Order: sequence, then structure tokens, then C-alpha cells
Amino acid sequence: MWGIIRQKVGAGGFPVPILEQSLPRLRPAVSAWRRYSSAAKEMTVRDALNSALDEEMSADPKVFLMGEEVGEYQGAYKISKGLLEKYGPDRVLDTPITEAGFAGIGVGAAYYGLRPIVEFMTFNFSMQAIDHIINSAAKSNYMSAGQINVPIVFRGPNGAAAGVGAQHSQCYAAWFGACPGLKVLAPYSSEDARGLLKAAIRDPDPVVFLENELLYGESFPISAEALDSSFCLPIGKAKIEREGKDVTITAFSKMVGYALKAAEILAKEGISAERFVTKQVINLRSIRPLDTATINASVRKTNRLVTVEEGFPQHGVGAEICTSVIEESFIYLDAPVERIAGADVPMPYAANLERMAVPQVEDIVCAVKRACYRSVPMTATA
Amino acid sequence: MSSAFSTISTIQPLHRTIDNPSISPLLGSTSTHKLCSFHVCNRTASASSVRRRFSVVADSDVVKQQKTKSGSSLSSLLITKEEGLELYEDMVLGRSFEDMCAQMYYRGKMFGFVHLYNGQEAVSTGFIKLLTKEDCVVSTYRDHVHALSKGVPARQVMSELFGKTTGCCRGQGGSMHMFSKEYNVLGGFAFIGEGIPVSTGAAFTSKYRREVLKKANADQVTLAFFGDGTCNNGQFFECLNMAALWKLPIVFVVENNLWAIGMSHLRATSDPEIWKKGPAFGMPGVHIDGMDVLKVRKVAKEAVERARRGEGPTLIECETYRFRGHSLADPDELRDPAEKAHYATRDPITALKKYMIENKLVNEAELKAIDKKIDEAVEDAVEFADASPYPVRTQLLENVFADPKGFGIGPDGRYRCEDPKFTEGTAHV
Repeated sequence: MWGIIRQKVGAGGFPVPILEQSLPRLRPAVSAWRRYSSAAKEMTVRDALNSALDEEMSADPKVFLMGEEVGEYQGAYKISKGLLEKYGPDRVLDTPITEAGFAGIGVGAAYYGLRPIVEFMTFNFSMQAIDHIINSAAKSNYMSAGQINVPIVFRGPNGAAAGVGAQHSQCYAAWFGACPGLKVLAPYSSEDARGLLKAAIRDPDPVVFLENELLYGESFPISAEALDSSFCLPIGKAKIEREGKDVTITAFSKMVGYALKAAEILAKEGISAERFVTKQVINLRSIRPLDTATINASVRKTNRLVTVEEGFPQHGVGAEICTSVIEESFIYLDAPVERIAGADVPMPYAANLERMAVPQVEDIVCAVKRACYRSVPMTATA
Repeated sequence: MSSAFSTISTIQPLHRTIDNPSISPLLGSTSTHKLCSFHVCNRTASASSVRRRFSVVADSDVVKQQKTKSGSSLSSLLITKEEGLELYEDMVLGRSFEDMCAQMYYRGKMFGFVHLYNGQEAVSTGFIKLLTKEDCVVSTYRDHVHALSKGVPARQVMSELFGKTTGCCRGQGGSMHMFSKEYNVLGGFAFIGEGIPVSTGAAFTSKYRREVLKKANADQVTLAFFGDGTCNNGQFFECLNMAALWKLPIVFVVENNLWAIGMSHLRATSDPEIWKKGPAFGMPGVHIDGMDVLKVRKVAKEAVERARRGEGPTLIECETYRFRGHSLADPDELRDPAEKAHYATRDPITALKKYMIENKLVNEAELKAIDKKIDEAVEDAVEFADASPYPVRTQLLENVFADPKGFGIGPDGRYRCEDPKFTEGTAHV
């Protein structure tokens, strides 16, 4: 038991008791462990992001926030609550509805020495500004041979929300993850959100920070170390959320929660099947650069891979992970790689159709069983 | 002192500006005459493009007469001998450099997309020679001469065009992406309209430095250069709005050479008078003759100083013309040879030369000496570029990120950039 914890600690990269993190997932079996956990605070992802923004803005006066409704409205999703009062309208700018314009202004300000944070109300709107994200931010350090770097962060909610229709529900991890010169991050828990946003703001390169609207309100336990104002997570390192030895599941953002739930279900079912199926759940955290080292090491241990993502299947993050694993660890695979993605359709509005268009916990369970050669019925979704 | 712009900045119907004598004759008259000529254009139903060109031309002729009429006394106050020589040298450098580019391209030393600036030198020289080293210039793909005027050495620009490692961007940018941190040339953008928000951002940074970071002497001005085609792009309007809204220290310079590749400005634009779009957003809009460097310089000075004082942006439309095609790959078949011939007579270099000699500022010999000096400089740049090495293989992976850890973790669990074999060109990333 302690061996597992030490291993988790090593992979996570920081010496924090992670009992409190595993608690919500392993509650039935480990209530006794509560005695050993330190007093764990809980924090919503929203508050985590807000505190990260607040601390970075107070630490460096060159950091400023700009976007629609970030000021007087306190943020379209209240992420920037209180920042206008604290830092004033010169540093928290309400922009007109001009994504191309203000994303470009952010890039220009970054060229010339400031550290902007550009908020898109959702990443679907970033398509209006994608020219600036890719062509003037991502490529500039290369085109100028290192003379002009762009320390900008583009952040906002990404992926499907609830019932918002096709134009508000796309996941952009794969598109941005394909582009050299960008760093693309997708946090899951509050600790991820805090650490990665702080790292992104301090980073000298353009970072696309993909949050998730449905996660904003979710509470996660957070350690005292994560609350420290100099806490940062490294960009490009994935986190092993849960140890296991039968199958590797990679996920990012909201799907990490689903994968962990699926792990719990399988843990329970595994008791009734002939073998205890344990899954190693990897929270990618960073889409670009992708932590293929951790993924491959994990697959070499478990010999099976299931990738989970919310976005469209073709050319998705899962496709990239599967191919990279095949390239590097083919002989270690005992089963074909499985990728679970959203349905290959624009997101429908009707609630039941929407549920079918996004991977659900049952889909992950089925895929894991297929990978482990348990007999399962084919599911209707991807 | 009230600048000439102050009357234009209030939104008034045009006829009032015509009647208002307090505007300097230079600015008011250009807009007036331009408007008349365009009204003529609009009324003629089947006006051929040739005729339209001539209406525009006639307007500029009047302006030229006006200028000489209102007194060479007025203009001779505009430049001293040193300034004149500086302007002449800069324009000749731009012209010779671009001509050499064409030669090198046809010899195969330069490749890809190369867009030359011949004929438009007055705009670049007229504006950029007024700036300090810390002021910024943002341009489009037609950026060689902007970079040269801003001070980037000709050797570095030529090497960059040859794709050598001694270029200003180590050969990684190319013709369309001239960046120089030292001289604050913030690009070089291939997408038209892309540079406008970037330049607005740089202007925003100046203002932020002054007001938030409390740096008293942060009064850098940014110039955004772009063409007539760009003025139909959404980003142009978005930035006019935000620059005026936040009173940013920027000057929007429209190099209206009447053609966007093969698309005539009049075929593409509902209201071809670009300067009018400034007052619609709450900033002065000025139209000037972009083939006359002295006129450009006079208006530019006012606009730059206005921005430096913190009074906000200005939109300046420069009527100019490119003598060559859109790029070296453009056969340039759509433009009327008569139009080209006409503008050739308004060559800015010849005009300045004529002006300086007529007003006894310089003599022929001095100008010839400059011509020779520039020729030698451009030859030297070519030799330097020729002799420079190509980038080494390992340069392929460099500079993608400012923070090298951006390439992520390698299979051995360490950051890839720490692996000594990382830049050996195996490209296993």
C-alpha cells in the first residue's frame, strides 16, 4: 500500500500526501485512511484559477488580463472575479467583441515586452483569432530566430458543456496540439489548474490553456503546498492519477474524472470476475508537449492502452498517443490500442443525443474490458 | 498649439471642411480634390479603369501645383541639406536594394515569395526616418525597405533573403518575415491585416508602460504599414476601434498603391476613400500624396508627435504606386501601361532630386556620390550574403520555443533538450 503511494509520489513529481486525492475515488475500501491524511482543504477549479491569476498579477506588474466580460462582469464564468477591483481597468481590460483584434493586440503587447493573458469566452471563439494564435504567436520565435518571444497565455473553457449546441461544444486540443511553437495545457483538478496556470503565465512561450466549463464548479482537495504562491507544475509532464497494472488509460480534462470513475467501477466488478482489473489512469495535463515518456513507460508495464478524449476522433489527441505508443512500444502491446473519442458529428442539442455524442463512463469500462479480452457488447458510441 | 488634425478629428460633413479655411491648405485640399474626383468616377457608368486612374492622377497634379504655388518658401523650410541628403540616401538605398533583389531572384539566389517596394520609397523614408530606435514598425510582406529604413543593415537583410545564417532572422524568416528586436521591427507578416493588431498591441504596451508601470519616458510610437486591400479586412476596423477607444500611440499608414495583386482598389471597395474611415472611428483621417517624400514627412511628423503626446491614433492614406508587379512571380498584366508610365513620371527619388537641386540645397556631384556609395553598399551586401554559410542542420530545431523544455520529455524521462543528441538533426521529436 505504501509502495503504491511512494510510486504515485514519484510519478507526480512532488512530495505530497496524495491520500486525500485518492479518497473520493476509493472511498468504500479506505475510509480508515482518513486518519492518516493531513487536513485537506477543498477548492473549486474556479477558485484555483482565480487565485492563480491573482497571485501572478500581483507578482509581476507586466501581467495583464484581457477578454470579453473579464472586468465589470467579473468574468463570463466568474474566473476573474474581484480582479478588476484589485488591479484596476488598466490591467483587467474589458474588450469589445473582436477576438481577432484583441488576440492580435495581446500578441503585439507580448512582442514588445508585456505578459498578456487573453481570455476567450470559449475556445470556439478562438477560431476568430486562430490566425494570431498560430501565425503571429506560435511561429514568431522561430521566424525571428529567437529575437522575439511571445510570453502570452490564451485561456478559456474548451470542449462540450451542457446543451450548448454544435458551435459551442468543440474540443480544440487536437488542433492546437498539432502546432509547433505552442504549448497546450489541459488541467483537470484544482491543483492542476493552479499549478499549470501559474506555470503558463511564467512561461516565455505562447501557451494555450484549455479549461473546462463543467469542471469550474467541481471541488477537489488541495494540499498546502499547492496553495503556496510560488507553486508551479512543470509543463510537459503527465501525472499518474491512479496506479494499476492491467491497462493504461490516458485522458485529459473532464475525461480524467470519467476515467477514474470507470476505474472504480472496474475495481468493484473485477472482484466478481476472475481477475482484479486495475487501471493506471494517466492525467495528461499537457497536450503539447505530450509526455510520451510517461505514457510509454506505463504501457510497457501494463501492455494495454485505452485513450479517452472528448473531441472528434479523426486526427485527435488519442490518434497521436496511439501512434506514438505503436512507434515506440509496439512489442510490449498485448492488445490493439483503443481510442475513445466523441462521436464524429457536430454536437447535437437534444440531451439524449448529446449524451451519446460524448464518451461516458460506460464506454470507458467497455473499452477497457475489450482491451483486456473480456467479452462485452459493442457500444453505440465511438 | 492646435494641430491641423484637431479640426478633422471632429466628425463633420465634408462640405464644412472644404469651407473651413483654418485647416492647412495642404491637408484640406488633398481630401477635397480627392472627393471631387471620386464623385466624377462614380457618376460615369462605364468608366474604364484607365479613366479612373487619370482622375486620381489629375488630383495629385493639382496638389503638386498647389505645393509649388503655396511657396517653395513653405517647403524649403521643411528640410535642411542634411535631412535632404538623409532622405535621398534612404530612398536610393531602398530602390537599389530592391532592384538587386530582382536580379538575384532571377539568378536563383533568392526564392519563394519576394515582394518589391519600388516606387513606394517616399512612404517608408518619409515616416520611418522620423522615428527613434525604440519606436516600432510593423509591416506586411513588402517589408524589405521598412526594415532598411528602420536601420537594419543591408547585409543582414540580403543574407536573410538568401536564406543564410547571417541574416537578421538567421535565415528562418525569409523575405516576408523581417524581424529585428534591436531596431524594433516587429515583422514582416504574410497575412495582410495580421500586422495591424500586432502593432496596436505594441502601441498598447507603450501606453501600459507609461501608465501602469509608471515609466515616465515610455512614449514610443508604433507605425503600422499596410495596403489598400487590407482596408477591407475586419481586423483593420477592429483595431481602428480599439486604438481610438484606448487612445493608443499608433499611426496607421495605408500605402494605397491602388492594386491588391490584380484586384483594383476600386473594384474591391465600396467607398474607396480610405482616409474617411478614420473619422468614423473617432480619429483624424488624412490623405496625402505618397509619391512626394516631403509631403509625407510633414504629415508624418505631425501624426507621430500627436501619438507621442498621447492624443491617440491617426489614419494616414498615402497615394502611392508600385512600379513592379505584386511579387516577382506576378506577370503584372492587368495594370494599364499608361498608368504605369504616368506614375513613373512621379518617381519620388527623381522628384526629391529635382527639388533639392532647384532649391540649391545640393549639387549633382553630391547626389552622384551618394548613388555610388549606395551601389557599393548593395554590392557589398550581396557579396557578404553570398559568402555567408547556410544554416547548419541543427538549426532546424532551434528557436521553436524560448524555453527549450518546450519539446517535452524524452524516452529516458529527461527533458529532450538536455539530451546532447537533440540538435543533431535526427529530428526524432
